[in-house]
Amino acid sequence: MERFSRLFHGLDSTTATNRKLALMRDYFRDVPAADGAWAVYLLAGRRLKRLIGPSRLQDWLAETTGLPRWLITETREHVGDLAETITLLMDADTSGEPDPRALHQWIDEQLLCLRDDDEVTQRDRVVAAWRALPPDQCFLFNKLLTGGLRVGVSQTLVERALAEATALPRTVIAGRLTGQWQPDEAFYRGLFEPASHDEDASRPYPFFLAHPLEESAATLGAVDDWLVEWKWDGIRAQMLVHRDDVILWSRGEEVITAQFPELREAAVSLPAGTTLDGEIVAWRDGQVQPFFQLQRRLGRKRVGRQLLREAPVAYIAFDQLEAEDTDCRDRPQWQRRESLAATIDTTADERLMLSPLVAARDWQELDSQRAAARENRVEGLMIKHREAAYGVGRRKGAWWKWKIEPLTVDAVLIYAQPGHGRRANLYTDYTFGVWHGDELIPLTKAYSGLNDSEIRRLDHWIRRHTRERYGPVRAVEPAQVFELAFEGIQPSSRHKSGLALRFPRIARWREDLGSHDADTLAQARELADGIAG
Amino acid sequence: MGQDLIEPTEHGLYCAAGDFYIDPWRPVERAVVTHAHADHARPGSHRYYAAPSSIPLLKKRLGADTRIEPLHWQHRYRFGDCEVSLHPAGHILGSAQVRVGDGHRVWVASGDFKRGDDPSCEPFEVVPCDTFISEATFALPAYRWPAPGDTAQAIHDWWQTNAAEGRASVLFTYALGKAQRILAALRWLTPDTVYLHGAAVPLTRIYRQAGIAMAPTAPVSERDSSDGFAGELVIAPPSAHGSQWMRRFRRPSTAFASGWMRIRGNRRRRGFDRGFVLSDHADWPDLLRTFAETGAQRILTTHGRADELVAYLREQGYRASPLATAYSETGEAD
Ligand SMILES: [Zn+2]
Ligand SMILES: [Zn+2]
Repeated sequence: MERFSRLFHGLDSTTATNRKLALMRDYFRDVPAADGAWAVYLLAGRRLKRLIGPSRLQDWLAETTGLPRWLITETREHVGDLAETITLLMDADTSGEPDPRALHQWIDEQLLCLRDDDEVTQRDRVVAAWRALPPDQCFLFNKLLTGGLRVGVSQTLVERALAEATALPRTVIAGRLTGQWQPDEAFYRGLFEPASHDEDASRPYPFFLAHPLEESAATLGAVDDWLVEWKWDGIRAQMLVHRDDVILWSRGEEVITAQFPELREAAVSLPAGTTLDGEIVAWRDGQVQPFFQLQRRLGRKRVGRQLLREAPVAYIAFDQLEAEDTDCRDRPQWQRRESLAATIDTTADERLMLSPLVAARDWQELDSQRAAARENRVEGLMIKHREAAYGVGRRKGAWWKWKIEPLTVDAVLIYAQPGHGRRANLYTDYTFGVWHGDELIPLTKAYSGLNDSEIRRLDHWIRRHTRERYGPVRAVEPAQVFELAFEGIQPSSRHKSGLALRFPRIARWREDLGSHDADTLAQARELADGIAG
Repeated sequence: MGQDLIEPTEHGLYCAAGDFYIDPWRPVERAVVTHAHADHARPGSHRYYAAPSSIPLLKKRLGADTRIEPLHWQHRYRFGDCEVSLHPAGHILGSAQVRVGDGHRVWVASGDFKRGDDPSCEPFEVVPCDTFISEATFALPAYRWPAPGDTAQAIHDWWQTNAAEGRASVLFTYALGKAQRILAALRWLTPDTVYLHGAAVPLTRIYRQAGIAMAPTAPVSERDSSDGFAGELVIAPPSAHGSQWMRRFRRPSTAFASGWMRIRGNRRRRGFDRGFVLSDHADWPDLLRTFAETGAQRILTTHGRADELVAYLREQGYRASPLATAYSETGEAD
């Protein structure tokens, strides 16, 4: 318990990924298996079934501290987290002895047993723990009582730490952490076993990536040598269909099967021993939907029925990497496409489809199709050589992406703060605003896009035109206008502007413009309406 | 009793019976100033009154030729129909509570105050009164300070850990008050020199001239920086975080000392490696204790989280209400 508590606080008090990785790796290496299993379970973001509701905990806290119930609520709102609120209000009364029990034992005896208790016993146990545990452990206790840990480590980072501790490929660990498992000794031991044949079969192929087409398409030669498809605005995923299972791997090599249960269901109808590459898109009424619809489905452990109904998805397959358990990546593109078409033909499920070819007589005709891409809610065109093999990584000449011109907005620099790493001493982290009446409303942050000399010149300007400071952030005079480019814009309740930009970056420093030449919020909203509507 | 003895006006808290202001935010004829923080000591008034130990700090802030009359601790001075006296507030060197009596009633305006140990300033004095004007910067029960000695020890341990790794330790904190409080506490823990950002140098000198014993200090600018200040402790104002000035330190570990560091979310958002809980304002238990000890029936609150405090005090049987003032909401002025 104490060791895990120290790990937790170590992770909580650093923002450096490498430090977090090292802390977890060292812990996993020699922790007893029964504790390790729980640590993996909790760090990977799994949670105990809710034991006691937050409202009841606040009632008990009011009774224990003698503070009025409304003041408990206000304090929790100010602190932002119930587990921490309890810890802060109780830490004067704790006796402060660390709990000597092992993590698994402590979870059993301190938390899981609450499940079978009546309310009076629950209250007694919980309040006794609040009084007995030192603040660090009390916080951990409350976190587990109220939900997950959320300590700023991703599932991928936990997998990397385990991969280093076990000396196994991360994708093998990732496979072992998906699906149902119990945090027990046997499970943790199993993580250290060598990879089996089946496990190797469950790993994704390295994704083959396209190069952006920057020169004229005519330089590619005869249009007939190429297969052209839409570039879908979704998330790339490999679909592995095995005899008894389906696995979806994202391009970041994360297993995302659980986020898309309907695709798993659909893929069962495909022949076993198939691996496809394609794009998961939001899909409704026979049409791809804006990316933000898909976003609602991402980053979840489980997807509820309502969300499945509100944000349905489809899988648009564009390549076949494995057929009948055989790796076919070396076959030419056209052959793989034929095999893919045949595979998709075997299913009647409408959630699985073949990415259609975009036909054109010449490059010019393709260019005009590309220009209409945004209306079709795609990002542009994919141009693949008919004879290309499915390679590894980004290799020039086989696959090209021909994107549509980005959207742009002219916005005013309003805040700046120092960057990280090499640029920690320069103001490189900018916030831009657009006009709403005579007020500048923050629209987006953007980092990249300026060259080094521009960055230095802007840094110098920022230092001499600061109006106010809040910690590291400087509010500057609204004078500098920048053209920002971005790939999409969508409604967002989290932003004051009501809008969120996708992949914003600085396209140009518009020194020719004054701040009042910048765009308005209404203009930005029109862009969003133009896409979503 | 009729009219209140002290009332907020557009210039600041005003005592009509004595014809003077307390910590006015606009220029006035006569200003009694509780302490030298920027949101309480504003320039432009004709004549100032303050505790003797506050005067050098005020002159540093307001200009050397500012007219400032000393009001000696506990001594009663006549202002119009009132008697006015100053009593230590324990906030920073020379910080005062202003006691005002008109023969019928006694009001105390406390400015900023705290009750915790602080070897760098005069300790808080409980002044019995009918009405107490209190700050409410940290007026929620989650704000309860650890023993200042423990925090000083934690700062020292952090410094030693970094030193063992050959790193510099840069501690951000307010240049007036908190910096000297930390230096005074470190004196018991180390004989080593602590390096100061330029903003803290003259203020620390004034503290020394007032006889406050502190750890030895030297300006950052006077030390050779070729080793990146490996192993050294540096104290700097928060505004230096992320500035060019930080370039001289190699792989510095950064920390922030403030009452706001009590909340995990604040520690994480601020982007410092460590947060130390150390405040020059009263925490929740000390606010309540102070109200009880003064015997005041009526509590008026100035800056901070007035709503919850006022509602709570009313439930406890006090007459309580917030006063509109222009002091810093965050207690972060320096
Ligand atoms: Zn102050
Ligand atoms: Zn103040």
